[in-house]
Amino acid sequence: MLQEQELKTFVDGTTSYFEVAAQQPASVGSPYLVTDGMPAVHEYTGIINVSGRREGVVYFTAPKAMLTVLLMKMQENDFSHENMRDLVGEVANTISGNARRDFGNEFVISVPSVLTGERTEPPVVAGARSFVIPINWRSHSAKLVVSLK
Amino acid sequence: MSTIANGAGAAERRGLKLLIVDDSNIMRRRIERSQRFDELEVVGAAANGLEAIELFRRTDPDLVTMDITMPQMDGIRCIEQLVRLKPAVRILVISALADKATAVDAMEKGANGFLNKPFTDRQLNEAIAELIRGA
Repeated sequence: MLQEQELKTFVDGTTSYFEVAAQQPASVGSPYLVTDGMPAVHEYTGIINVSGRREGVVYFTAPKAMLTVLLMKMQENDFSHENMRDLVGEVANTISGNARRDFGNEFVISVPSVLTGERTEPPVVAGARSFVIPINWRSHSAKLVVSLK
Repeated sequence: MSTIANGAGAAERRGLKLLIVDDSNIMRRRIERSQRFDELEVVGAAANGLEAIELFRRTDPDLVTMDITMPQMDGIRCIEQLVRLKPAVRILVISALADKATAVDAMEKGANGFLNKPFTDRQLNEAIAELIRGA
Protein backbone atom coordinates (compact mmCIF):
# COMPACT_ATOMS: atom_id res chain seq x y z
CA MET A 1 0.00 0.00 0.00
CA LEU A 2 1.15 3.50 -0.75
CA GLN A 3 2.83 5.23 2.16
CA GLU A 4 2.63 8.92 2.94
CA GLN A 5 6.25 9.55 1.95
CA GLU A 6 5.67 7.80 -1.34
CA LEU A 7 2.69 10.00 -2.08
CA LYS A 8 4.86 13.02 -1.38
CA THR A 9 7.15 11.84 -4.18
CA PHE A 10 4.29 12.17 -6.63
CA VAL A 11 3.11 15.47 -5.17
CA ASP A 12 6.62 16.87 -5.50
CA GLY A 13 6.94 15.51 -9.04
CA THR A 14 3.70 17.16 -10.07
CA THR A 15 4.74 20.47 -8.52
CA SER A 16 8.08 20.32 -10.26
CA TYR A 17 6.54 19.54 -13.62
CA PHE A 18 4.32 22.58 -13.68
CA GLU A 19 6.99 24.89 -12.25
CA VAL A 20 9.56 23.90 -14.84
CA ALA A 21 7.77 22.67 -17.95
CA ALA A 22 4.76 24.94 -17.69
CA GLN A 23 6.77 27.80 -16.14
CA GLN A 24 3.95 28.45 -13.76
CA PRO A 25 3.38 26.61 -10.50
CA ALA A 26 0.29 24.56 -9.91
CA SER A 27 -1.58 24.26 -6.68
CA VAL A 28 -1.33 20.61 -5.71
CA GLY A 29 -3.88 19.52 -3.15
CA SER A 30 -3.65 16.91 -0.44
CA PRO A 31 -3.93 13.38 -1.77
CA TYR A 32 -7.07 11.53 -0.83
CA LEU A 33 -7.99 7.89 -0.92
CA VAL A 34 -10.59 6.73 -3.39
CA THR A 35 -13.19 4.76 -1.50
CA ASP A 36 -15.90 4.30 -4.09
CA GLY A 37 -14.99 2.99 -7.53
CA MET A 38 -12.42 4.89 -9.59
CA PRO A 39 -12.25 8.66 -9.84
CA ALA A 40 -13.79 10.25 -12.90
CA VAL A 41 -11.41 11.13 -15.68
CA HIS A 42 -11.23 14.25 -17.81
CA GLU A 43 -11.11 14.40 -21.60
CA TYR A 44 -7.50 13.17 -21.86
CA THR A 45 -5.75 10.64 -19.65
CA GLY A 46 -2.12 9.60 -19.87
CA ILE A 47 -1.48 6.22 -18.27
CA ILE A 48 1.74 4.66 -17.10
CA ASN A 49 1.80 1.00 -16.12
CA VAL A 50 4.17 0.23 -13.32
CA SER A 51 5.88 -3.10 -12.77
CA GLY A 52 8.89 -4.48 -10.98
CA ARG A 53 9.12 -4.00 -7.25
CA ARG A 54 5.76 -2.17 -7.27
CA GLU A 55 2.81 -2.89 -9.50
CA GLY A 56 0.01 -0.65 -10.57
CA VAL A 57 -0.74 2.42 -12.60
CA VAL A 58 -0.15 6.12 -12.46
CA TYR A 59 -2.28 8.34 -14.60
CA PHE A 60 -2.62 12.05 -15.28
CA THR A 61 -6.04 13.18 -16.44
CA ALA A 62 -6.80 16.69 -17.63
CA PRO A 63 -9.37 18.63 -19.61
CA LYS A 64 -8.69 19.79 -23.14
CA ALA A 65 -8.82 23.43 -22.05
CA MET A 66 -5.96 22.95 -19.61
CA LEU A 67 -3.86 21.04 -22.10
CA THR A 68 -4.44 23.75 -24.70
CA VAL A 69 -3.08 26.42 -22.39
CA LEU A 70 -0.22 24.15 -21.36
CA LEU A 71 0.70 23.69 -25.01
CA MET A 72 0.63 27.46 -25.52
CA LYS A 73 2.95 27.92 -22.55
CA MET A 74 5.27 25.43 -24.22
CA GLN A 75 5.21 27.58 -27.37
CA GLU A 76 3.23 24.99 -29.27
CA ASN A 77 0.59 26.16 -31.73
CA ASP A 78 -0.65 22.74 -32.71
CA PHE A 79 -3.78 22.05 -30.63
CA SER A 80 -4.78 18.91 -32.45
CA HIS A 81 -6.14 15.78 -30.82
CA GLU A 82 -2.82 14.05 -31.46
CA ASN A 83 -0.86 16.77 -29.73
CA MET A 84 -3.20 16.65 -26.73
CA ARG A 85 -2.60 12.90 -26.51
CA ASP A 86 1.13 13.43 -26.80
CA LEU A 87 1.16 16.02 -24.02
CA VAL A 88 -0.96 14.12 -21.54
CA GLY A 89 1.21 11.04 -22.05
CA GLU A 90 4.37 13.08 -21.64
CA VAL A 91 3.12 14.59 -18.37
CA ALA A 92 2.29 11.16 -16.98
CA ASN A 93 5.65 9.82 -18.17
CA THR A 94 7.61 12.68 -16.63
CA ILE A 95 5.98 12.51 -13.22
CA SER A 96 6.26 8.71 -13.11
CA GLY A 97 9.86 8.71 -14.30
CA ASN A 98 10.81 11.33 -11.75
CA ALA A 99 9.38 9.08 -9.03
CA ARG A 100 12.31 6.75 -9.61
CA ARG A 101 14.47 9.29 -7.81
CA ASP A 102 12.90 7.90 -4.63
CA PHE A 103 11.55 4.53 -5.74
CA GLY A 104 14.69 3.43 -7.58
CA ASN A 105 15.19 1.71 -10.90
CA GLU A 106 13.08 -1.28 -9.94
CA PHE A 107 10.06 0.99 -10.30
CA VAL A 108 9.68 0.04 -13.94
CA ILE A 109 7.48 2.31 -16.03
CA SER A 110 5.88 1.65 -19.37
CA VAL A 111 5.64 3.95 -22.33
CA PRO A 112 2.48 6.01 -21.93
CA SER A 113 -0.88 4.92 -23.23
CA VAL A 114 -3.66 7.45 -23.63
CA LEU A 115 -7.42 7.36 -23.13
CA THR A 116 -9.65 10.04 -24.56
CA GLY A 117 -13.14 10.96 -23.44
CA GLU A 118 -14.68 11.53 -20.06
CA ARG A 119 -16.75 8.39 -20.26
CA THR A 120 -13.77 6.08 -20.54
CA GLU A 121 -12.97 3.72 -17.72
CA PRO A 122 -9.55 4.19 -16.21
CA PRO A 123 -7.56 1.07 -15.42
CA VAL A 124 -8.33 -0.70 -12.17
CA VAL A 125 -5.56 -2.43 -10.27
CA ALA A 126 -6.83 -5.38 -8.27
CA GLY A 127 -5.55 -5.32 -4.73
CA ALA A 128 -4.38 -1.73 -4.90
CA ARG A 129 -5.84 1.36 -3.34
CA SER A 130 -5.99 4.50 -5.41
CA PHE A 131 -5.01 7.95 -4.31
CA VAL A 132 -6.02 11.11 -6.11
CA ILE A 133 -3.72 14.12 -6.12
CA PRO A 134 -5.79 17.16 -7.12
CA ILE A 135 -4.09 19.69 -9.35
CA ASN A 136 -5.24 23.24 -9.97
CA TRP A 137 -3.43 25.30 -12.58
CA ARG A 138 -4.59 28.64 -13.92
CA SER A 139 -8.20 27.93 -12.93
CA HIS A 140 -8.11 24.50 -14.56
CA SER A 141 -8.42 21.27 -12.60
CA ALA A 142 -6.68 17.99 -13.30
CA LYS A 143 -5.76 14.89 -11.34
CA LEU A 144 -2.86 12.60 -10.84
CA VAL A 145 -4.06 9.16 -9.74
CA VAL A 146 -1.63 6.73 -8.17
CA SER A 147 -2.73 3.15 -7.75
CA LEU A 148 0.08 0.88 -6.54
CA LYS A 149 0.11 -2.39 -4.63
CA MET B 1 39.62 20.61 -37.44
CA SER B 2 37.76 23.81 -36.59
CA THR B 3 36.92 24.63 -33.02
CA ILE B 4 33.45 25.28 -31.71
CA ALA B 5 32.46 28.65 -30.23
CA ASN B 6 32.40 28.54 -26.46
CA GLY B 7 30.76 31.88 -25.83
CA ALA B 8 34.01 33.79 -26.09
CA GLY B 9 33.99 33.66 -29.88
CA ALA B 10 36.00 31.48 -32.17
CA ALA B 11 37.73 32.15 -35.44
CA GLU B 12 36.16 29.17 -37.15
CA ARG B 13 32.97 27.19 -36.65
CA ARG B 14 32.35 23.69 -37.83
CA GLY B 15 28.77 22.72 -38.50
CA LEU B 16 27.63 19.88 -36.31
CA LYS B 17 24.76 17.59 -37.09
CA LEU B 18 22.21 16.81 -34.39
CA LEU B 19 19.78 13.91 -34.27
CA ILE B 20 16.90 14.18 -31.80
CA VAL B 21 15.35 11.00 -30.42
CA ASP B 22 12.18 11.07 -28.32
CA ASP B 23 8.82 9.36 -28.59
CA SER B 24 7.06 12.67 -27.89
CA ASN B 25 6.63 14.93 -30.89
CA ILE B 26 6.21 17.87 -28.51
CA MET B 27 9.55 17.08 -26.90
CA ARG B 28 11.32 16.67 -30.25
CA ARG B 29 10.05 20.07 -31.34
CA ARG B 30 10.93 21.61 -28.00
CA ILE B 31 14.54 20.45 -28.20
CA GLU B 32 14.89 21.64 -31.79
CA ARG B 33 13.30 25.00 -31.04
CA SER B 34 15.10 25.67 -27.76
CA GLN B 35 18.68 24.89 -28.71
CA ARG B 36 20.64 28.09 -29.32
CA PHE B 37 23.66 26.98 -31.29
CA ASP B 38 24.19 28.36 -34.78
CA GLU B 39 26.63 25.60 -35.53
CA LEU B 40 24.04 22.90 -34.88
CA GLU B 41 21.94 21.58 -37.71
CA VAL B 42 19.10 19.24 -36.82
CA VAL B 43 19.35 16.50 -39.41
CA GLY B 44 16.60 14.27 -38.13
CA ALA B 45 14.13 13.39 -35.41
CA ALA B 46 13.22 9.84 -34.45
CA ALA B 47 10.39 8.50 -32.29
CA ASN B 48 12.09 5.31 -31.08
CA GLY B 49 15.40 3.50 -31.06
CA LEU B 50 14.83 1.63 -34.30
CA GLU B 51 14.01 4.79 -36.23
CA ALA B 52 17.00 6.45 -34.62
CA ILE B 53 19.39 3.81 -35.90
CA GLU B 54 18.02 4.08 -39.41
CA LEU B 55 18.25 7.87 -39.38
CA PHE B 56 21.70 7.71 -37.81
CA ARG B 57 22.99 5.59 -40.67
CA ARG B 58 21.51 7.98 -43.24
CA THR B 59 22.50 11.30 -41.69
CA ASP B 60 25.73 10.53 -39.78
CA PRO B 61 25.13 13.00 -36.94
CA ASP B 62 27.82 14.23 -34.59
CA LEU B 63 25.49 14.69 -31.64
CA VAL B 64 22.38 12.88 -30.48
CA THR B 65 19.80 13.68 -27.82
CA MET B 66 18.26 10.46 -26.57
CA ASP B 67 15.14 9.67 -24.57
CA ILE B 68 15.12 6.39 -22.65
CA THR B 69 11.52 5.18 -22.35
CA MET B 70 10.39 4.62 -25.91
CA PRO B 71 8.46 1.93 -27.75
CA GLN B 72 10.10 -0.70 -29.98
CA MET B 73 13.62 0.02 -28.78
CA ASP B 74 14.52 1.97 -25.66
CA GLY B 75 17.24 4.55 -25.41
CA ILE B 76 19.77 2.42 -23.55
CA ARG B 77 19.77 -0.27 -26.24
CA CYS B 78 19.87 2.40 -28.91
CA ILE B 79 22.89 4.09 -27.34
CA GLU B 80 24.77 0.79 -27.47
CA GLN B 81 24.03 0.46 -31.17
CA LEU B 82 24.92 4.03 -32.06
CA VAL B 83 28.23 3.94 -30.24
CA ARG B 84 29.06 0.73 -32.07
CA LEU B 85 28.27 2.41 -35.39
CA LYS B 86 30.22 5.57 -34.60
CA PRO B 87 32.35 5.55 -31.43
CA ALA B 88 32.98 9.30 -31.71
CA VAL B 89 29.30 10.22 -31.52
CA ARG B 90 28.34 12.41 -28.58
CA ILE B 91 25.08 11.48 -26.86
CA LEU B 92 23.04 13.50 -24.38
CA VAL B 93 20.37 11.48 -22.62
CA ILE B 94 17.23 13.54 -21.94
CA SER B 95 14.92 11.46 -19.79
CA ALA B 96 12.29 11.59 -17.07
CA LEU B 97 13.97 8.62 -15.33
CA ALA B 98 15.55 10.32 -12.36
CA ASP B 99 17.33 7.43 -10.63
CA LYS B 100 21.12 7.29 -10.53
CA ALA B 101 21.29 3.71 -11.79
CA THR B 102 19.76 4.73 -15.12
CA ALA B 103 22.20 7.59 -15.53
CA VAL B 104 25.12 5.30 -14.71
CA ASP B 105 23.84 2.64 -17.10
CA ALA B 106 23.51 5.18 -19.91
CA MET B 107 27.00 6.54 -19.34
CA GLU B 108 28.47 3.07 -19.20
CA LYS B 109 26.81 2.28 -22.52
CA GLY B 110 28.42 5.35 -24.06
CA ALA B 111 26.32 8.42 -23.31
CA ASN B 112 28.25 11.61 -22.58
CA GLY B 113 25.69 13.54 -20.56
CA PHE B 114 22.37 13.19 -18.79
CA LEU B 115 19.60 15.77 -18.46
CA ASN B 116 16.45 15.07 -16.50
CA LYS B 117 12.99 16.10 -17.62
CA PRO B 118 11.47 18.55 -16.93
CA PHE B 119 14.21 20.99 -17.89
CA THR B 120 14.50 24.68 -18.61
CA ASP B 121 15.86 26.06 -21.88
CA ARG B 122 18.95 27.16 -20.00
CA GLN B 123 19.58 23.67 -18.65
CA LEU B 124 19.14 22.19 -22.10
CA ASN B 125 21.57 24.60 -23.67
CA GLU B 126 24.15 24.13 -20.93
CA ALA B 127 23.98 20.39 -21.48
CA ILE B 128 24.30 20.76 -25.24
CA ALA B 129 27.22 23.18 -24.81
CA GLU B 130 28.97 20.53 -22.76
CA LEU B 131 28.30 18.00 -25.50
CA ILE B 132 29.65 20.32 -28.18
CA ARG B 133 32.82 21.02 -26.21
CA GLY B 134 33.68 17.35 -26.42
CA ALA B 135 32.90 17.02 -30.11
